[in-house]
Amino acid sequence: MTDATAAAAPTARSTMTVSDEVAIQISKMNKWYGEFHVLRDINLTVNRGERIVICGPSGSGKSTLIRCINRLEEHQAGKIVVDGTELTSDLKNIDTIRKEVGMCFQHFNLFPHLTILENCTLAPIWVRKTPRREAEETAMHFLEKVKIPDQAHKYPGQLSGGQQQRVAIARSLCMKPRIMLFDEPTSALDPEMIKEVLDTMISLAEEGMTMLCVTHEMGFARQVANRVIFMDQGQIVEQNEPEEFFLNPRSDRTKLFLSQILGH
Amino acid sequence: MSDLHSNTVAFVAGSQIPPSPPPAKDRGAVKWLRENMFSSVANGILTVIAALVIITAVPAILQWAFIDAVWSAGSLSECREIAAANGVEGAFACWAVINERFNQFLFGFYPNELLWRPVLAFVLMFVAMAPVLFRSLPKPMLWFSAAYPFLAYFLIWGGLGLEPVESSKIGGFLLALIIGVTGIVASLPFGVLLALGRKSDLFFIKTICVVFIEFIRGVPLITLLFVASSVLNYFFPPGTALDLILRVVIMATLFSSAYMAEVIRGGLAALPQGQYEAADSLGLDYWKSMRLIILPQALKISIPGIVNTFIGLFKDTTLVSVIGLLDPVGMITPIRADSNWNGLVWEFYVFVALFFFAFCFCMSRYSMYLEKKLKTDNH
Repeated sequence: MTDATAAAAPTARSTMTVSDEVAIQISKMNKWYGEFHVLRDINLTVNRGERIVICGPSGSGKSTLIRCINRLEEHQAGKIVVDGTELTSDLKNIDTIRKEVGMCFQHFNLFPHLTILENCTLAPIWVRKTPRREAEETAMHFLEKVKIPDQAHKYPGQLSGGQQQRVAIARSLCMKPRIMLFDEPTSALDPEMIKEVLDTMISLAEEGMTMLCVTHEMGFARQVANRVIFMDQGQIVEQNEPEEFFLNPRSDRTKLFLSQILGH
Repeated sequence: MSDLHSNTVAFVAGSQIPPSPPPAKDRGAVKWLRENMFSSVANGILTVIAALVIITAVPAILQWAFIDAVWSAGSLSECREIAAANGVEGAFACWAVINERFNQFLFGFYPNELLWRPVLAFVLMFVAMAPVLFRSLPKPMLWFSAAYPFLAYFLIWGGLGLEPVESSKIGGFLLALIIGVTGIVASLPFGVLLALGRKSDLFFIKTICVVFIEFIRGVPLITLLFVASSVLNYFFPPGTALDLILRVVIMATLFSSAYMAEVIRGGLAALPQGQYEAADSLGLDYWKSMRLIILPQALKISIPGIVNTFIGLFKDTTLVSVIGLLDPVGMITPIRADSNWNGLVWEFYVFVALFFFAFCFCMSRYSMYLEKKLKTDNH
């Protein structure tokens, strides 16, 4: 657990604002893997500008939940509306939503056959039809933001894990998404690289990006989240502001979980 | 210095040890010999035995193929006279037959005065392949590559002012190259589509691909060639019979694209699921993600298998001799039947083998070059 980021806690968060506008609306959503009921009656409303941290034991369905938001997983019952577009099996809606929702994965999933710059310009050029020159300028802008412009012409295999994850974030940002999903972005990283990725995510939050983040970085949750959601066995068990969540967890399952991850 | 810590627990390195070269026995030729030739007693014994075999076999082969060989003569008996006059005892190669029937081996019974046409087509083939094989060449050259199949057809078969040549006159390495190169070029895209089809979510497309692959792969190529040479004509309306070479090319293409599909499917399966998910999450649609993300990587992984299939197909073109086409192997029978050369065996097969080896070796080397060029992790 890196609590390096926790020190600055309340100050950073106070600069971030949440609007009344709804970004994501999930109601009565259910999902099964075969017979296994992974997500049960999920209700969640995310306003624009919110930074939500989702935690819970492994197998609790937290990754599945955010993967449903850009349809990497299909839900079988209930309703998901992202940015005013409902997710149905209509491919057009799915493409619309995927353009607006960026995602970062645990294992970065950069394209190893393309350079860092090509990784960042591919989707803008082919999906948004941005002219190459403009896409490259945007890419360099975001690579500077994640502090690795000098690696632009290398291949992902030549970068460290932390650098790769920052490239992955820049790659998503190049599509100018309105919402960012993070699926355990620091779980595959060495401790000394976690901070550089978290710093990038914090600066993103400070700019008002709507973020849903599956992570066990509780220091990050304290510093930037405005809401922490605890999931267990496919259900949202508890959600609260981070202070309350960490100081006064209400359900026994949350207490047990927190004692396990904070206890070492 | 650093030896102080041997009997203390607390320790701080006093200085950085400078780098030094490895000991002499771990450097250069000595190291290579030790690691590759004499790494153990058993390895050392094998090295000595192998060396002895090479020392006895190689001179004998050189003696047969070069020193005692007869290069020009009108018949086998003439060959023997020349060899006897040279004082040769025992076996010798009579390359004179290759020399005399060279054109037949290359072109079959293609009219002698028109030989410049297939030769030109052969030379232009390299011009057409170059921009496809080496991406650093100027892009507009690809237009020539695209036009080449039509140009080659026109040159070899004639028409439009060029004197037409019948398919039955085409043979030798010309025929092997026509079938092999067309099959190779056509089977890759078919194989890609079949592999994608087999992984498709659409039930009918998937079923069709699976049935096609399993059927074609489960049948010997010879039977497909017999179908091409005899049965296939029943399925076409009278008078529209396709040329036999075309039918054979189609069958060879179908056959190798079934293999190709499985090789490429292996490449697709080797890609981590995350690559598909990353492409999806960026909003790329199916064809774009296949073209830009999945296939470049899957094909790269499959290069050894793809080239393996290419080489297999190219060598399998010799099977067409079974249905009466005069490919290099098919050419041997009529030449041996000639009373002048009756009795020769080795020379034909060595020559044909060398020809195929040269082409297959080039393919193999190219694939190694390509693998190296496409390597993007470290270095």
